[in-house]
Amino acid sequence: MFLINCPFCGEREQSEFKAGGEAHIERPKQPTELSDDEWAEFLFMRKNIKGVQFERWNHAHGCRKWFNIARDTSNDQIKAVYKMGEKPPVK
Amino acid sequence: MSNKYSFFSLLKNAFTYHENWQRAWRDPEPKKEYDTVIIGGGGHGLATAFYLAKKHNMRNIAVVEKGWIGGGNTGRNTTIIRSNYLWDASAGLYDHALKIWEGLSQELNYNVMFSQRGVMNLAHNLQDVRDLKRRTHANRLNGIDAVYLNTEQVKKFCPIINTSQDIRYPVLGGTLQRRAGTARHDAVAWGYARGADEMGVDIIQNCEVKGIKRNGDAVEGIETTKGFIKAKKIGVVAAGHSSVIANMAGLKLPLESKPLQALVSEPVKPIIDTVVMSNAVHAYVSQSDKGELVIGAGTDDYISYSQKGSHDIVEGTLNAILELYPIFSRMRMLRQWGGIVDICPDASPIISKTSVKGLYFNCGWGTGGFKATPGSGDLFAHTIANDEPHKLNAAFNLNRFISGDLVDEHGAAAVAH
Repeated sequence: MFLINCPFCGEREQSEFKAGGEAHIERPKQPTELSDDEWAEFLFMRKNIKGVQFERWNHAHGCRKWFNIARDTSNDQIKAVYKMGEKPPVK
Repeated sequence: MSNKYSFFSLLKNAFTYHENWQRAWRDPEPKKEYDTVIIGGGGHGLATAFYLAKKHNMRNIAVVEKGWIGGGNTGRNTTIIRSNYLWDASAGLYDHALKIWEGLSQELNYNVMFSQRGVMNLAHNLQDVRDLKRRTHANRLNGIDAVYLNTEQVKKFCPIINTSQDIRYPVLGGTLQRRAGTARHDAVAWGYARGADEMGVDIIQNCEVKGIKRNGDAVEGIETTKGFIKAKKIGVVAAGHSSVIANMAGLKLPLESKPLQALVSEPVKPIIDTVVMSNAVHAYVSQSDKGELVIGAGTDDYISYSQKGSHDIVEGTLNAILELYPIFSRMRMLRQWGGIVDICPDASPIISKTSVKGLYFNCGWGTGGFKATPGSGDLFAHTIANDEPHKLNAAFNLNRFISGDLVDEHGAAAVAH
């Protein structure tokens, strides 16, 4: 359990948010030309990092907006919060 | 070393105040080279080493464990054993394990306290009723015992359940697998460790893997906190940390690691003599031999390796427990903890070869791996020894995420993942 600083609403409890998993996985630009391997990579394969991970979160019980955070998954400490479309912070 | 446990050995040691029991397994330093190294000294890893030695006559095996054996998810789960899965592939896999459980204490000469007290799954809405009836039929077609119970039969089987139709999620029925039950989790790890050690397997504790050395497309060995260990084959059974090990070998897995929580109450007199699970309200409860209520909660939805979960998850589970069992309203909880579970997109495990020669993974058991421990070890040992899967774990390969031939047990499993 931890607090998340929503870029739109401010600091709220984590239970107000929905985790959206690993961030910066780009949707294929030409889906019809993807091989089965590439589909598997896009749909299923995840880095699942122990350490600082970039991930998507949604303020589901608040403003309902999506944003990104950089969080250390080994101790749940949030290192940075940044908006959709922004580049991840350099560590 | 061999020290068979029996009534006579118990009697003999009673005369010396139980101070002269031999140690159950050695504490060796790692050798320079092994034929097979198993990464992860939990139930699944130790069972793998045991069956590699017993059924495939391999002797030069090591199990390396970061902490102490059985200290990870083996010691953190709620010890439920059942095989009432929907799909044929899962039914085959989990019932294979259940059949081994039935003779495991004799096989290991170690009491794993396997207790076939039955597992009941409750239905709380019309869709639950349909799903559970369908699962009952599917189970029986696969030779797995299953019966459907109506509300009165549920009440008769477990009288402390509140079957009033006025509650938020009333009990509309349930299924019962009588062969299902529980076992003592620590004893499983210790029994397999003792059995494997007796056949010459080196169990190396406090030895963390830091890297996997590859020579082109094949494995060469592992870098550990106790130095480099050469290995022809490496079997990874690292549960929540499977992705971390995979990343060391330059692979990615379809896994997400999340905290799963459980809690136990203070010990009380026998009150519930079975295991009751409820998918819709996500609560399950049984009573340990010490008298504690063992309660399982859900997973958090975010990736974490912290072995801590969120408070609201526990709160939600306890709300459901109290509505179903008002008798527990004044019970006090003694301990609460989290374990890190590795969840596959289709909620089924992976027991598979990889694109790297000599590297095998047994992972993705998610929230329900304990029940499969003996079967998982047996089938993974077969896969490693023959470099080919057994027919029972053929469907649980890594390639299914490319072919799309998934074993989707999300809705069919007893509780939501």
